[in-house]
Amino acid sequence: MNGLDAAITQYIDPYYLRIMILLGINIILALGLNLITGVTGQLSMGHAGFMSIGAYTSAILSMQFGFSYLMALLAGAMVAAFFGFLIGIPTLRLEGDYLAMVTIGFAEIIRVFFLNFEPGGKAVGLSGIPQHTNFITVWLIALLIIALNTRLLKSRMGRAFYAIRENEIAAASTGIDTTRLKILAFTVGSFLGGLGGGLYSHYMYYINPQDFGFMKSIELLNMVILGGMGSIPGTILGSFILTLAPEMLRIVAEYRLLFYGALLVILMIFRPNGILGDVRIYDLKKRWGRKEVKTCQS
Amino acid sequence: MSVLTLEGISQEFGGLRALDGVNMVVEEGEIFGIIGPNGAGKTTLFNIITGIYIPSEGDLIFKERRINRMTTHNIARLGIGRTFQNIRLFNKLSVLDNVRVGSHGISRSGFFKSLLGLPSMLREEKEIKSRAEELLELVGLYDKKMEYADNLAYGEQRRLEIARALALKPSLLLLDEPAAGMNSGEKVELMKLIEQIRQEMKLTILLVEHDMSLVMNICERIAVLDYGRKIAEGPPEEIKNDERVIQSYLGVGA
Ligand SMILES: Nc1ncnc2c1ncn2[C@@H]1O[C@H](COP(=O)(O)OP(=O)(O)O)[C@@H](O)[C@H]1O
Ligand SMILES: [Mg+2]
Repeated sequence: MNGLDAAITQYIDPYYLRIMILLGINIILALGLNLITGVTGQLSMGHAGFMSIGAYTSAILSMQFGFSYLMALLAGAMVAAFFGFLIGIPTLRLEGDYLAMVTIGFAEIIRVFFLNFEPGGKAVGLSGIPQHTNFITVWLIALLIIALNTRLLKSRMGRAFYAIRENEIAAASTGIDTTRLKILAFTVGSFLGGLGGGLYSHYMYYINPQDFGFMKSIELLNMVILGGMGSIPGTILGSFILTLAPEMLRIVAEYRLLFYGALLVILMIFRPNGILGDVRIYDLKKRWGRKEVKTCQS
Repeated sequence: MSVLTLEGISQEFGGLRALDGVNMVVEEGEIFGIIGPNGAGKTTLFNIITGIYIPSEGDLIFKERRINRMTTHNIARLGIGRTFQNIRLFNKLSVLDNVRVGSHGISRSGFFKSLLGLPSMLREEKEIKSRAEELLELVGLYDKKMEYADNLAYGEQRRLEIARALALKPSLLLLDEPAAGMNSGEKVELMKLIEQIRQEMKLTILLVEHDMSLVMNICERIAVLDYGRKIAEGPPEEIKNDERVIQSYLGVGA
């Protein structure tokens, strides 16, 4: 597969290839968060915490325990999912936005843990991680995740997730076990967070706890909000914009916080549901259909 | 046979006694009305029956089964559907999806089945969809199935709530002021609809409503609540002429 990547490198500038790979990883991470926050309506502000669990777990497994790339990725994602499950059980039972606070706290604890974690190189970080992640693997996995995610959201389960976001009491009155499904969404979202983390660490060669701080969580949250809460095309678009903007515009990279803040304010004013949050293919078809009719008549 | 029995149901909110020792027996197949002034505790009673509140005292029996401590979703799965006085639709879902969600409690496909798209799941999806479309025909919303629920007019939203509740294939249906905000034409339609679904779906219906002509017309029996107490119960004719009911609710001259 690296051969293929080398071939691609001949045609694509390595700089752009790098952005494409990071974009694929961000899409996977953001789709995980979208399931939790965008679809099910549970505000999580610590997604980078799950990403770091996946990143460190998979890196250590492949460096020190000889795990194959795929097995290491899977194990990292499972461990992240397990932690998501563990903190989801007590938190998601409660009403209100406790989850936001708990997830911020959790991500911070995880960060401090890795700052003191001997096998992870403490504050220095972990280097020498095999660079298995490349354009092909990232996008194969990303496309698979997009396909599965689309199918999930169109199913009975997906509709139930949306229903919980829209009105929890009404959802329960249709027979939806809201607590169980919130925990499920959180666990699956954390799984994707861990998966993205594993892909990331096996691409970067070197990771350290600061890569997964509060700013990263906010960045991921912004991808979901910007594109449109609960929408898969929206989340992909949000990931695209927020992966490219800091790369393309130096000024954005330097004033990241300011940029995110301004973006959210503008969004709240002009498109409170996100760019694609309330755009459906059905509506687009209808609009195109109408236009065709008009041209026929004229 | 009694479908629903309430035995000495009381509900306290802080110091307020919203319900005070309410007894009630609802028989299979009847339309049972609950009337009373605002704040009498009618909605609270529905919230207790559907497990949103756990009653401070008393027993709740559905088809010979005690359900006081059951969760809302498990009560729904027993076949108790409801609508809400303050409309609770899934606003950013389509009209069709609102009704499809309604059948959650009687369908099975779980997470992995949904991911894999197994044949049994696809079959179930088809059933859910065609049944939802039938229900939308029934309440006259088929043409609007792709609209967002919050784009519907008020009366349409109330009918959508009924369709969603029916998707659960309930045996007991609770309607909380279904005619509120409807014009007289819509009310007549609603009355026909309630009669029709009771017949065709073999429903028992518990109805809270302020519109007296509607209640007196379609209910076989009526209970009157006042400050959390049941002050009367009986057929419409009896209720209309009950001294206490006239005083506290219907008003002189009603
Ligand atoms: N969750 C609650 N917390 C506190 N008080 C409540 C709550 N729900 C209802 N009440 C009170 O209980 C009483 C009965 O309310 P409700 O059942 O809504 O009356 P109705 O539906 O008959 O108009 C009212 O005084 C109301 O303010
Ligand atoms: Mg009420």
